[in-house]
Amino acid sequence: MRTFLLLYALGCTLSAQVSYDRIAAAASEPGNWLTYSGGYAGNRYSALKGIDRGNVARLRPAWIYQTNDLNNFEATPIVADGVMYVSEPPSNAAALDLRTGRPIWIFRRSVPSDAGVCCGQVNRGVAVLGDRVFLGTLDSHLVALDAKTGHLLWDRTVADYKSGYSITVAPLALKDKVIVGISGGEYGIRGFVDAYDAKSGERLWRFWTVPGPGEPGHETWDGDSWQTGSAATWVTGSYDAALNLLYWGTGNPGPNYNGEGRSGDNLYSTSLLALDASSGKLKWHFQFTPHDTHDWDANHVPVLLDAVFQGKSRKLVAVANRNGFFYLFDRQTGECLLGRQYAKQTWAKGLDDLGRPIVMPATEPAPEGTLVYPGVHGATNWNSPSYSPDTRLMYVAAREEGTVFYRATAEYRAGSYFSAGGMRGIPGVEPSGSVKALDPLTGEQRWEFPLHSPPWAGVLSTAGGLVFSGANEGNLFALDAATGKPLWDFQAGAPVYASPIAYEFEGRQYIAVTAGRSLMAFATADAPAK
Amino acid sequence: MWKITGWLLIGTSALWAADSGESLFRIHCAPCHGLDGAGGRGPSLTVRKLPRAPDDAALSGVISLGIPGTQMPGTRMTADENRQLVAYIRSLGRSQPAQSHGDRSNGERLFWSKGNCGRCHTIGPRGGRVGPDLTGIGTMRGPEHLRESLLDPEAGIPDTFTSYRRVIFMPDNFLQVRVVTRDGSRITGVRVNEDTFTIQIRDYSDRIYSFRKDDLRELLKDWGKSPMPSYLGVLSDSEIEDVIAYLMTLQGAP
Repeated sequence: MRTFLLLYALGCTLSAQVSYDRIAAAASEPGNWLTYSGGYAGNRYSALKGIDRGNVARLRPAWIYQTNDLNNFEATPIVADGVMYVSEPPSNAAALDLRTGRPIWIFRRSVPSDAGVCCGQVNRGVAVLGDRVFLGTLDSHLVALDAKTGHLLWDRTVADYKSGYSITVAPLALKDKVIVGISGGEYGIRGFVDAYDAKSGERLWRFWTVPGPGEPGHETWDGDSWQTGSAATWVTGSYDAALNLLYWGTGNPGPNYNGEGRSGDNLYSTSLLALDASSGKLKWHFQFTPHDTHDWDANHVPVLLDAVFQGKSRKLVAVANRNGFFYLFDRQTGECLLGRQYAKQTWAKGLDDLGRPIVMPATEPAPEGTLVYPGVHGATNWNSPSYSPDTRLMYVAAREEGTVFYRATAEYRAGSYFSAGGMRGIPGVEPSGSVKALDPLTGEQRWEFPLHSPPWAGVLSTAGGLVFSGANEGNLFALDAATGKPLWDFQAGAPVYASPIAYEFEGRQYIAVTAGRSLMAFATADAPAK
Repeated sequence: MWKITGWLLIGTSALWAADSGESLFRIHCAPCHGLDGAGGRGPSLTVRKLPRAPDDAALSGVISLGIPGTQMPGTRMTADENRQLVAYIRSLGRSQPAQSHGDRSNGERLFWSKGNCGRCHTIGPRGGRVGPDLTGIGTMRGPEHLRESLLDPEAGIPDTFTSYRRVIFMPDNFLQVRVVTRDGSRITGVRVNEDTFTIQIRDYSDRIYSFRKDDLRELLKDWGKSPMPSYLGVLSDSEIEDVIAYLMTLQGAP
């Protein structure tokens, strides 16, 4: 016991040094969870095998940490050297003891009452680099905290929240920088991806996701419509250290449901961007839904994988998009290698050879309403997908829910809702959902586990041959990664709006995920004596 | 600019406020509350009493500040626009005539005797639980809707499912379900809750069951069906009006 306490204390004193090299090699220390998706590749996969098909039925809560806020608790925790770092709504952060979930410190930030957000005062997580914790806030600041104490080290204004900008995304720390995206796609913002110096907080570069006058892509906007073009960047991207490329998704063009004032493709909305991480320069882009009018943000975690595709060894990036299609790209060149429908959709005949959708007539929002699948929340959403190198399958939380889309008009006013339309559910149809296992090299579905309603929980896969996720009705569950068979479930008592993680403490594997206002850690109970 | 239509220019100032309010509503509120205010991600606003906004000042406050702890955001707008929106939202709650000419006390008597409504419906402490609680029905529904529910109960079943999906509890949509257990028992009742792995049912003798779905041989959902009988031909036209008059007096717990 004494030895253990000493080691544990030592672990705490070491807590402070999460170097870039460690994050880049995160797969070699699966006991920690060092960045939003577990590693820069965006796989949300854990190499831990302590929980497997044989013992997952004995998974039990170890502790529960609760926030004091009723907004959705959407954060992915970071685990480093015996401490868990988590953000909580509206714009707070906490460091938790891994043994008990008791807070070591809590950083509380008051958010101005007029900070506008479309979809709840939420935050999806912190980044950790060196001895610092980085948090984006609803009033569009990026702050650096001392990982040991939670003390504020610097505070930078990223954008003016009074113009509708907010930050809900978990930052991504790499090398000496912190990358952060922006929310506000329903408020007519002009989107960007920013990089800040981790030490000083100085802004190193900004990539505007809506090109200004004279820049390539500007011609895809009418008149001044680019100024309210949105293309927000509210989900954490992925990173290839060897290529030094950042992969980041962008959201809907503004206003959401009426494209009359912004004819053209509206670059770089609803796109996957490959940005040079040193300069922020665009290396390539792919637009999933040109001239979107259905709010199909491409704000997904891009999944990086290396595989032999059609006889050739390739560096790939895969995206299951909100628009109902699955895509595979060469992540060096941006070449679209594959596009295939993976969920119900009624808006496109298919994709052409370059991956551009062949749009069907009469699918645009209209004053009298237009019924389209996927609905406004898409065939999947921000909740993370997962890729397992063991099964070579990609797991996606899929939604089957149509929407009747309405077109209206809206006048832009800084800081006001700017969607120019509305939507409603389809009378008489109960929406549903599933966890789908897709072969990323073909887009084919291998199995599907049906859910009672369209999920807002992300997916984790593990070397124990398991897939973990959650449901709106409070179920947390584990599936066999090879077959989709359910092996464990637990009623957490509140909706799950987050993506699970795995880590190790005292030689035992844990699964952590939020539900309602609780962050719960699970471990297997000892096997009953024979 | 808001579109100003011809008829509006010759309308009264109240109409002006409501129509401008409608434009504002379509932009700011409809994305969640539906274009007709009947609900979507947010709750229905076509009710006579808004629980969070009992008066215009409270409604104005909800519009500008939002409701902390929910997904209802505050909306920045001018004081004029706020007033227009309040007027329009209030008009949604007045869209059904609130008058009923029946005999209330006869309606109450019919409710508990000939109509046998209390077998399934609760009013205050009294009545059954397999149907919706009617204690405050007079604040939530208009006479037209109640008449339809009495004459054609299946027409009034909630037929859109988007609004409740974000909460853990099922709606009061009283879906009838039929199950066959592994040992062959058959149970018919109302779904009181459901998740991916389990379902809870209240049968018509008021007994609660909880099943894991993988323990069931069959699970059938009677979408669009209501266990409530039509009162067409059971109660006379004037008796129907009496029951409606009684229901409209039910304003919730004191």
